Amino acid sequence: MDLIQLTPLDLSIAALLVLGLGVISWRMHLGVERRLLIAASRSVIQLTLLGLVLKTLFEQSNPILIGVIVLFMLGMAGYEVMARQERRFSGIWGMGIGTFSMFISSFSMTLLALHLVVRVEPWYTPQYLIPLLGMLLGNTMSGMAIALDNLTQGAWQQRGTIEARLMLGHSWDHAIRDLRRRALRSGLIPIINAMAAAGVVSLPGMMTGQILAGSPPLEAAKYQIMILLLIAAGTGLGAIAAVTLGAFRLFDKRQRLRLDRLK
Amino acid sequence: MAYFQLIRFKSLNLEPIDLTIAAGECVTLGGPSGCGKSLLLRAIADLDPHEGEASIGECVQSLTAPPEWRRLAGLLSAESYWWADRVRDHLPYSDPDLLASLGFPEVAAEWEVSRLSSGERQRLALARLLLGKPKLLLLDEPTANLDQVSIGRVEHLIKEYLNNGRSAALWVSHDPQQRKRVGERGFQIENGQLVPEIWI
Repeated sequence: MDLIQLTPLDLSIAALLVLGLGVISWRMHLGVERRLLIAASRSVIQLTLLGLVLKTLFEQSNPILIGVIVLFMLGMAGYEVMARQERRFSGIWGMGIGTFSMFISSFSMTLLALHLVVRVEPWYTPQYLIPLLGMLLGNTMSGMAIALDNLTQGAWQQRGTIEARLMLGHSWDHAIRDLRRRALRSGLIPIINAMAAAGVVSLPGMMTGQILAGSPPLEAAKYQIMILLLIAAGTGLGAIAAVTLGAFRLFDKRQRLRLDRLK
Repeated sequence: MAYFQLIRFKSLNLEPIDLTIAAGECVTLGGPSGCGKSLLLRAIADLDPHEGEASIGECVQSLTAPPEWRRLAGLLSAESYWWADRVRDHLPYSDPDLLASLGFPEVAAEWEVSRLSSGERQRLALARLLLGKPKLLLLDEPTANLDQVSIGRVEHLIKEYLNNGRSAALWVSHDPQQRKRVGERGFQIENGQLVPEIWI
């Protein structure tokens, strides 16, 4: 089955719908028309640019170029994890914890998948590497951000309790154990829910895309299963890394709770 | 005999302090709110960064593992915090005599923390602390929320704990009468300095 090409006319029908929504919003004084149109234009521009970049990338298959793009994606994801924190770590740790945990959750999982599961040659073939990495980064990010946010917020709110345990001679590790466990759990709940609902409530985006592009449904399902499992494993490992590092950073050498390291 | 010692000990808002307390001795600390009394106690318990050195008996603060040091230098903060549902989960072991001396029945260990009054919490926090047998008591307003009967019990219990000579106390109190009652010596904090308090 051939891929049905979308013409600019096809896209403009969808665009007209959004424009229409904007007009309705203006008439009904909803006040979102400006933001709606800006966001829609952004997505058009960003995705077109991405398409162009990937087109060049796929044609050239230049390892250095691929490396630059991969690092850029990773850096952006690390920044996003940090930016979603209400009380983030100050200094290099804010960005560092986010980037490192995203590296664990996405980068290592992608490499593993490319070497052991998909087995493409060479492993950095951009047609596989970039979409896989993007999927993992995008889908594990919120797990990491939620877990870390829970940890830092919790430490801020439960300062008295944590210090009460320190005062009674508990080690830092013991004093923050409950909090760490809760933060991890909250980071993992979204992906657990997503796995449980996959195929019953929601038809995941990747599988939808593959089916639209003409893949047999069972093949699309297999890819989707792999991706979901990788996302789950990545989210778990990344959240463990983020929460462990975060908890470690909350205390100093003398096992004092150092909330001044948050801002 | 120097049992507890502070050497050039500098905590927030205060000048460096040199202080010696003998075994069994209770030294009181007074001064206006916000002058740094609580911060001094926190620094001695090594909960806040500070300069200088502290020692209890043979143990030097900077050479002792933090959890071990905090078991030696037991801090009772003005507000008590609890992490589990029942009182019992916070106590290292049960001691009905200790609970009784604070006016509690033995069953108090089974009580839910969320149902305790602030005064009950404060007294149970003292029990929680004393069960760990600290070698130095750092008491921050231990009787602030208590009625007269309970104040008497707490003062008596602490004096008894000190009388066995294996501990000493630094007691922060706003009440001049109490400072005079419980302390062998006392200090006031004035302009960031420890000034001996004169009792007539």
